[in-house]
Amino acid sequence: MSELGIVYALLGAAVAVLLSGTGSAIGVGIAGQAASGVVTEDPSKFAKVLIIQLLPGTQGLYGLLIGFITLSKIGVLGGGLADLSVQTGLLILAACLPIGVVGLLSAIAQGKTAAAAIGIVAKKPDQFGKAMLFPAMVETYAILALLISFLAVSGIQV
Amino acid sequence: MGNTKYTYAVARIRALETSLLTNAVIEQLLACPTAEQALQLLIEKGWGDGAAGNDMDAVLNREEEKTWQVIRDVAPDMSVFDVLSYPKLYHNLKAAVKEVCTEVRNPHIFYDDCSIPGEEMLKIVESKEFSRLPGNMPGVAQEAFETLLHTRDGQLCDIMIDKAALEAVRDAGRRSGEPIIDDYADTTVAIADIKIAVRSQKTGKSSDFMRSAMAECRGVSVEQLIRAALSGADEIAQYLEGTSYAGGADALKESPSAFERWCDNRMIETLKPQKYETFSVGPLLGYLIARKNEIKTVRIILTGKQNGFPDDAIRERIREMYV
Repeated sequence: MSELGIVYALLGAAVAVLLSGTGSAIGVGIAGQAASGVVTEDPSKFAKVLIIQLLPGTQGLYGLLIGFITLSKIGVLGGGLADLSVQTGLLILAACLPIGVVGLLSAIAQGKTAAAAIGIVAKKPDQFGKAMLFPAMVETYAILALLISFLAVSGIQV
Repeated sequence: MGNTKYTYAVARIRALETSLLTNAVIEQLLACPTAEQALQLLIEKGWGDGAAGNDMDAVLNREEEKTWQVIRDVAPDMSVFDVLSYPKLYHNLKAAVKEVCTEVRNPHIFYDDCSIPGEEMLKIVESKEFSRLPGNMPGVAQEAFETLLHTRDGQLCDIMIDKAALEAVRDAGRRSGEPIIDDYADTTVAIADIKIAVRSQKTGKSSDFMRSAMAECRGVSVEQLIRAALSGADEIAQYLEGTSYAGGADALKESPSAFERWCDNRMIETLKPQKYETFSVGPLLGYLIARKNEIKTVRIILTGKQNGFPDDAIRERIREMYV
């Protein structure tokens, strides 16, 4: 049964990276379309819209972080696979879910907000600071999920 | 993920909205003593291009071309803009039918910036290959052609094709699946119906004439409008007060040009919220109409100044701007 425990734990790491990475790719993609639209007409706004475009990219990094911590915890990184019970494996899988699911959905939502914020920069470049804040608000919830996933994965005794 | 196919297009339009004329620029144009100076001001703002030079018509036509060029560039699907291109298409049909029936050729009466340009339309009508025409055109083209040939009644031919055009616009709006395009199309038809009612009332046309000219739409009831038009101008205004075109009733009492301006302003008011949309076709339509509106306003100012109209007369025809 011990083999199944490590499978669940690895599945946890995969969920964290997969879902949040997918969300970020979609989010950055949506914002990138808007950014391209603005730069087509006004290349001088490239730097500003690039920063806003990158905002939905952080969820992917959070997922990567949780994935890393999980992998080193279960010994996939650094050699020597840990001997995990099914229960511990499932606990790790559950701990990875928050950043996976919240990462996926918040990155898409943030991508849409970023696209709208790029519209602000297109019309009123001097309001760049305010435009940044709207997509940054969505980030809060990805950070909260990261926090819980981080605490949970770190807290599970292997 | 929802529908994000307009993200690129809307962002590009957003960047372009900054170059739309504001009410302040319109005031500046009005303050110019001559049409030449007003045109110069527009050229400094990037209107026209090298080829258009200082010729008013060339500059304004170039601006319209530029607008369509942008929309063709960014729109993922041009069919939703059929509502805007149909009037030109049906105009071409009308012109071709008349040219063929009267065997007179007039230069510059066709629009070439639509799906069937003048030359081709003329060939289709000449060879009576009406089936090559799209949508509801084949039937009406044949009917209008035969009517004109037999009766020589140009107006009858006009209203047949105009009604078909209105119905095509209305149906294209419904087909587009975009509520804002549908609204625009329905409003266009309703306003056309109201104009027909007003003119028919003034010229004493019969109810049959009005019925064959007006197209059904959601905004106004054709039958009620006809009844009102038969009773008098006040009745038309009274009927409109009970519809969403209530503001138009006051404008109608003022003057025909006030009503025209009210129609344009109402359209712009309806479209203004599209400035805050990010993922729909609305901002593209808003930009297109805003550009048409500002080109029309500039044309009014320039021709008004060229013909020495007093400022007040020009001002009462000035449309509200989108931005």
